[in-house]
Amino acid sequence: MTAVLGPSVFGLDPLYVGGVGLAEVLITLLKVGVAFAILLVAVMLMIWFERKLISDMQNRIGPNLAGPFGIFQTLADGIKLFFKEDLVPEQSDRLVFKLAPYLSLVPAFLVFAVVPVGGDFSGGNGRVSLFGHETFLQVSDPPVGILLVLAMSSVAVYGVMLAGWSSGSKYPLLASVRASAQMVSYEAALGLSLAAVLLKSGSLSTHNIVAEQSVWNWNLWVTWVVPMVIFLIAATAELNRPPFDLVEAEQELVGGFHTEYSSLRFALFFLAEFMNTITMSAIIVTLFLGGPNGPDFTTVGWLSGLLWFFIKLMLFLFAFVWLRATLPRFRYDQLMDLGWKLLIPLSLGWLLVLASYDVAGDRGWNRAAAVIVMLAIMAALAGLLALALRAARQRRELDPQGGFA
Amino acid sequence: METAVFIVCAAIVLAGALGVVLARNPVHAALSLVGTLFGMAVLFLNLEAHFLAAVQIIVYAGAIVVLFLFVIMLLGVDRLEDLSVEPITGQRVLAGIVGLGTFGLAVAFLVTSDIGLPGQEALTGPITDQYSNLRQIADVLFTDYVYAFEATAALLTISVVGAVVMSRRIARADQAQEAPESQEAARDD
Repeated sequence: MTAVLGPSVFGLDPLYVGGVGLAEVLITLLKVGVAFAILLVAVMLMIWFERKLISDMQNRIGPNLAGPFGIFQTLADGIKLFFKEDLVPEQSDRLVFKLAPYLSLVPAFLVFAVVPVGGDFSGGNGRVSLFGHETFLQVSDPPVGILLVLAMSSVAVYGVMLAGWSSGSKYPLLASVRASAQMVSYEAALGLSLAAVLLKSGSLSTHNIVAEQSVWNWNLWVTWVVPMVIFLIAATAELNRPPFDLVEAEQELVGGFHTEYSSLRFALFFLAEFMNTITMSAIIVTLFLGGPNGPDFTTVGWLSGLLWFFIKLMLFLFAFVWLRATLPRFRYDQLMDLGWKLLIPLSLGWLLVLASYDVAGDRGWNRAAAVIVMLAIMAALAGLLALALRAARQRRELDPQGGFA
Repeated sequence: METAVFIVCAAIVLAGALGVVLARNPVHAALSLVGTLFGMAVLFLNLEAHFLAAVQIIVYAGAIVVLFLFVIMLLGVDRLEDLSVEPITGQRVLAGIVGLGTFGLAVAFLVTSDIGLPGQEALTGPITDQYSNLRQIADVLFTDYVYAFEATAALLTISVVGAVVMSRRIARADQAQEAPESQEAARDD
């Protein structure tokens, strides 16, 4: 079979190099099943973690009745949602209304497939042995790797957009128009800050990106911090999490794009939202913090990678909850200003600065001088942009009715 | 295996294309277009053009059709079309004739030409290295076709700027002086 399709169709995993037989298929199925189960349980724990942490930050107790520390609260909520009446509004577009939750959920699952969760990258090339077969600890390592993340986050827009539209109700529609504009805008910043990582790693494959960051060579400092900050902000907006949760601003939009949803379909949206939080944190860890990389502090080779990955993941999950507990929601024009006028120009400029450093190295120029010259050019351009923005604002103040006719 | 994937994807692409033309609701038509684009992406994967497949999803499905949907929702044209009236007389018959003619021309070209069916020959040569899909495209794009590439980029930028300028009412100096008063008048209302 590999002779017909070529190994790259299945990705770059060493598992498929020697041909695909029953054992390879079973191992792949096992990896898919484990990833699926882990994600579901992780969502359950994440919801509990978020509620507990927020209540701590707000001096409340939070869920404390279902199980020890209220850890089964999510399970109870899930069962309640499952048995609620399933409503399909009369004005809705029935087919699209039923399709939309799955368009949110499926991309959330798929993104996790490219995340390398473990493996020894310090000397073992990230391979682990499963039942005597060498493989990577990730479901799949496609040659487009990280682009799959961008593709899936652009598909996820459809879930939100169509849910709002198909409800046949005005507030969900407003929310979905907002949401899709927000997600499409921030995808640009997300992609541009990603480009900085790709420039340094020289590969799209998530496994190679992690392997490039072996032990301490993390992209966080290889790309000089800024791309990660941009990626984190853009990811928060992409996830529609506070302070960018304009999609479900209760004061303005009743419930947001899922106002008309109830029962299991509502649960699916919730599942997708929390799953996206987890997978996006995992992606940030993979791109900027070296994934499972870190000094080996256990005697078992594969355990250290998993632990490092988990620790870094928890860091970001905590940060996302922290943001939600402390920051008020952005106004919509502030959101768009931040995305288009700050994050996109900054990530583009930073990419050029990083590229000038590389080019100077290739040509044998003085690297520091090249970077300083580039930064000066960028500062001049930023000054021009600021001037243009100021002129536009003054003009708007002179003529508040002007602008779009 | 390749053939099986091709047959399934071709069916999806055709079904989506038919949906675009036949769906009475513009949103359903746009969704069918997404289905077609996904089928195309899998066809690209089948040809080991991974990067093209990813870009197909990111750019076409992720940005362009989202913009279509955006416009459909903003303009409020998302209702069923009344198909009983024909806006331009004879339009449907003409469309059928032109469509069939184009299809006939394409088939005739494929049958008679001696340069082979599309896909048999690649302009840039076969993919030799499984890892360098992206590198090959970048090599060609930034060496042989760099002027065309930059010109396209400039064209797109100009068209964006043009669209913004066209959609704005240019405030003249005398209007700008009057503006604060008109705002107050609006507030009185």
